[in-house]
Amino acid sequence: MGPKTLSQVLRQVDFFTEDEDLLIGLGTADDATVYKIDEERAIIQSVDFFTPVVNDPYIFGQVAAANAISDIYAMGGKPFLAMNIVCFPSCLEDEVLVEILKGGAAKVKEAGATIAGGHTVKDDEPKYGLSVSGFVQRENILPNSKAKKGDKLILTKPIGTGIYASAIKGDLCEGGKNNPAVRNMLTLNDKAVDPMHANNVRSCTDVTGFGLLGHMVEMARGSNSTLTLYSDKVPFIEGVRDYAEMGLVPGGAYDNKDNFLGDTDIANDLDEVVIDMLFDPQTSGGLLISVPEDKASDLLIDLYANGVEEAAVIGEVTGEKAKVIVE
Amino acid sequence: MKKINARGLDCPEPVVLTKKALKDNEEVITIVDNKAAANNVKKLAKKLGAEAEINEIENDYEINIKNNENKHKNEQKDSTAKVYFFKSDKLGKGADELGDVLIKGFLHTLLETDPLPEKLIFINSGVKIVTENEDAIESLQELEDKGVNILACGTCLDYYGIEDQLAVGEISNMYEIVESLNSFKVVTV
Repeated sequence: MGPKTLSQVLRQVDFFTEDEDLLIGLGTADDATVYKIDEERAIIQSVDFFTPVVNDPYIFGQVAAANAISDIYAMGGKPFLAMNIVCFPSCLEDEVLVEILKGGAAKVKEAGATIAGGHTVKDDEPKYGLSVSGFVQRENILPNSKAKKGDKLILTKPIGTGIYASAIKGDLCEGGKNNPAVRNMLTLNDKAVDPMHANNVRSCTDVTGFGLLGHMVEMARGSNSTLTLYSDKVPFIEGVRDYAEMGLVPGGAYDNKDNFLGDTDIANDLDEVVIDMLFDPQTSGGLLISVPEDKASDLLIDLYANGVEEAAVIGEVTGEKAKVIVE
Repeated sequence: MKKINARGLDCPEPVVLTKKALKDNEEVITIVDNKAAANNVKKLAKKLGAEAEINEIENDYEINIKNNENKHKNEQKDSTAKVYFFKSDKLGKGADELGDVLIKGFLHTLLETDPLPEKLIFINSGVKIVTENEDAIESLQELEDKGVNILACGTCLDYYGIEDQLAVGEISNMYEIVESLNSFKVVTV
């Protein structure tokens, strides 16, 4: 659902969240819930599932799992347990579901976690995802609400998976492992976690359905800060611009524009195509990190050394009013 | 003139249908029922150098597209056309045997892509693909038959002493290679 409708609905419900051990709940639109275990540790919990973004069921399973697990990394934690969520039509062969689940299991294993169960529902359209739990040392929790003026903003993966998914659906490119967007979605965000903790990162969120700009707006609101994005510094998946120019912009990008444009100041001369790409909803996107300026270069070096080779500084925190400036 | 009813269809269907229709028709009208789809179809028209106008009719959007460039279509360089640049006779770094298998698979798969690449350029040990790798040569011949331009670096063939073994494509020079790399999207293999 879009963020506007969602917040309208949630506002009408009392979730009785007075429990003081609930460290992060619904309040700041964060990536996952964080609950205190003891003085040192907390548990992180998150759930995410969706309809196929690629045709290959094994790859879809992997992507859905990478996407669901990402919320744990975005909070600074490591996953340990996961449960499958499956919607599946009776008209499809069981073999398809086998492949989806195999893909999910492989990705969860790669992340060092265990699948302990799950639940299936009959549905017209297949959907798959996971509920994932992780542990985090409480001092290492990375909310999306602590960005501070002077911080540098780093993005760990290039943008463009939503537009690419349209191109794959439209048969304009193949959706196999060689597709740069598929490779991008298959990559776990695990390798960014230790470098973040080693370099005093203040805030982190993963870039998913609301697009880069939508998630920047949420970080700006949560942190009460102005985030400035240098659009020419944003890494895009190779070839995505062509597809965006061709009009393969998913409906979600237009929704994101409607929802978040009010909180953004976009330079007048900025190319329309770039704006579309900045609002493109991402699946299993990268992490958006707010790091103190004097630690930014060390963080980048650690990220590269750990294999997060496409990380880039894309902006900075420039003020204390909740908004996003795009230059 | 061709009319396309793309009501009720989600992205990317309206764009894909319009793109297909514009291949054979000078004028296309696409009807969609949401603004996002209308904007996407207009973007497609702009990208293809056609004129487009969106008219809101009741709850629908009609996009009238006039493809002025149709006549010059063949002269116009397709901005999605690609050049594949083969810098070695293996695909990727790792076991040589695997690299050999992968390059065969890669070229075979390339046959299935649409649009096909504009050119394939082979330099350094990449020239061994066009001289010795039988399975690869078979795929390359098919690609050449379909109009893909295959260029092998003359200096490189000379260096490896296999200039007379060229089984497919033509011998090229650095000037032509640089020119090609500059005028197309390049995929380095």
